[in-house]
Amino acid sequence: MPHVELRELYRAFGPVIALQGIDLALETGEFVSLLGPSGCGKTTALRLVAGFDQPDSGRIVVDGKDITRTPPNKRDMGMVFQAYSLFPNMTAEQNVEYGLRIRRQAKADRKARVGELLELVGLGHATKRYPHQLSGGMQQRVALARALAIEPKVLLLDEPLSALDAKVRVQLREEIRRIQLELGITTLYVTHDQEEALSISDRVAVMWNGKIEQIGSPAEMYGGPATPFVAEFIGTMNRLTATVADDGAIDYDGLRLPVDAARGLPRGERVLCLLRPETVDVAVADGAPPEGGLTGDVVSKIFLGAVTRVRVEDGDRNLVADLSTSRAAPLAVGTRVVASFPSSSPRLLALTEDALPPVLDPDNP
Amino acid sequence: MRLRRPQIAASAVVWLVLGAIYFLVPLIATLLFSLKDAQTGKCCSLSAYGVILHDPQFWSTIKISFRLALETIVIGLLLFVPTIYWVHLKLPRLRPVVGFLALVPFVVPPIILVVGLLKFYKDTLHAPFWFLGKPDLFLVGAYVILAFPYIYFSLDAGFRSIDVHTLTEASRNLGASWRTTLTRVILPNIRVAALSGAFLTLAIVMGEFTIASLSAFHTFPTYLQYINESQAYPAAAATLMSFGITWAAMLSILLVGRRGGQRTVRVGIGR
Repeated sequence: MPHVELRELYRAFGPVIALQGIDLALETGEFVSLLGPSGCGKTTALRLVAGFDQPDSGRIVVDGKDITRTPPNKRDMGMVFQAYSLFPNMTAEQNVEYGLRIRRQAKADRKARVGELLELVGLGHATKRYPHQLSGGMQQRVALARALAIEPKVLLLDEPLSALDAKVRVQLREEIRRIQLELGITTLYVTHDQEEALSISDRVAVMWNGKIEQIGSPAEMYGGPATPFVAEFIGTMNRLTATVADDGAIDYDGLRLPVDAARGLPRGERVLCLLRPETVDVAVADGAPPEGGLTGDVVSKIFLGAVTRVRVEDGDRNLVADLSTSRAAPLAVGTRVVASFPSSSPRLLALTEDALPPVLDPDNP
Repeated sequence: MRLRRPQIAASAVVWLVLGAIYFLVPLIATLLFSLKDAQTGKCCSLSAYGVILHDPQFWSTIKISFRLALETIVIGLLLFVPTIYWVHLKLPRLRPVVGFLALVPFVVPPIILVVGLLKFYKDTLHAPFWFLGKPDLFLVGAYVILAFPYIYFSLDAGFRSIDVHTLTEASRNLGASWRTTLTRVILPNIRVAALSGAFLTLAIVMGEFTIASLSAFHTFPTYLQYINESQAYPAAAATLMSFGITWAAMLSILLVGRRGGQRTVRVGIGR
């Protein structure tokens, strides 16, 4: 039996439908992320689980018990908020102690637990400080300790790192995962940052327009996006609108490209060919007619550290490749090159007009 | 690099001096007048102050006015803190409406208020005489209405300076009831706002004359008026003393505000 279940949750705010019947089940100790752009309904879903809002229909079940109408203070769920939510009138210690005082725990037990948790989040030295004396990252650590103090059934995190700077964000997300694994607590995490979701989750659910588009392990989501939206949202992706040419090849704007996934598909069917930039190779054109590649000019190079993103264009056709920086070094902008890829790497999705998500610029994911 | 001290414009100094004169001259004149001897009319004697301090009416009316002020503050805060909290939390669209209602006591003349209240209590509620005859019931009712704008605008500013939603949700999520949330989380964080509302209310009640006089109650301001009509020098002394009391109340807001301010911090994203 799953530990937490969201069954057919539906929620509308006036004419805006925030959730269109989502289903999600979390196993005990599992870390699941709801990932999606702003307005996709992920925070609404989390707030329904926390009890701050009520679904129009559907149920939330924890340990087999329906808690849909249970008020938030009776749900035993720990939550970390996006905004700094520490009580400004209390020290770090008093903040963490708050939930335990409400539960009327003995003072000695409370003190011991608070000390233990502040040590766990690495703030054993800052127990007497007030929130305004703590940095953003420290405040969110205290908020995490406060949420964990009540030994919640489920830990809910609503974009807890979005107000922090990049370095602290990476450090803290790893700590959240370490603590979650250490305590074995079932966790539902909301974020719009795909890197964050992929790096710390057991499973990721990508949401769009109030629906879960796809759910799976980070590797599954990255390697096998099931819908154009997921393909677009997770990682950088080349999206080639093409038609099936013949067995094992597609026609990309007049260019024949060998693609294994096209085998067995009806000829002439419109498809979206998805290709990760890291699977594309770029070599200087040597004059020989290319074997299943795009011959074009390097039009831009973006240095990203270990890799350099190279954009190759030939008229309306283009491909983006992520090359190791040393390999990309000799390819100056304007160089005539051939961009090619193994025929096994692209993924094809049947193309329907309405399934096309807004195009994100692959150079600026 | 040396920091240059900001230059103060000459015109600003002129206006400042004029303003100071405008406020200080009447005060100094009152002080000098209050120090004149009742018999000789010459300076300087504290006899006028002695007359006031030995007058049992001074003490009884000041006690009544303080009591009325405290009752108004307690009722006002009990009524408005939860209301404004709820409006901020659940009914933010009503904020302009409540803000407008809070301005009404400014535009309704006190005489209309007294007549209206009397009519309402007598004709609509059929309130018994003992109700109408007690300042703690009739006057406090009117004073809560008078204090509404001051308490409302103070509290509204206080609530706007904290993230009411997140703090409430964090508290509820940790298992707190609505009451615990209000008393342990919200109130301590709007303490300074509540205090300034309270002290403004104190200042108003300590100086409110029209309603008390029209409804024939004896409060500190009506006593001041009585003294003013009968004894000139002690009246000036009493005026200065009431002025001192009001200033003491204002000063305590400042002190409490400073102490509380160290711990008050805005919560929200992207500080």
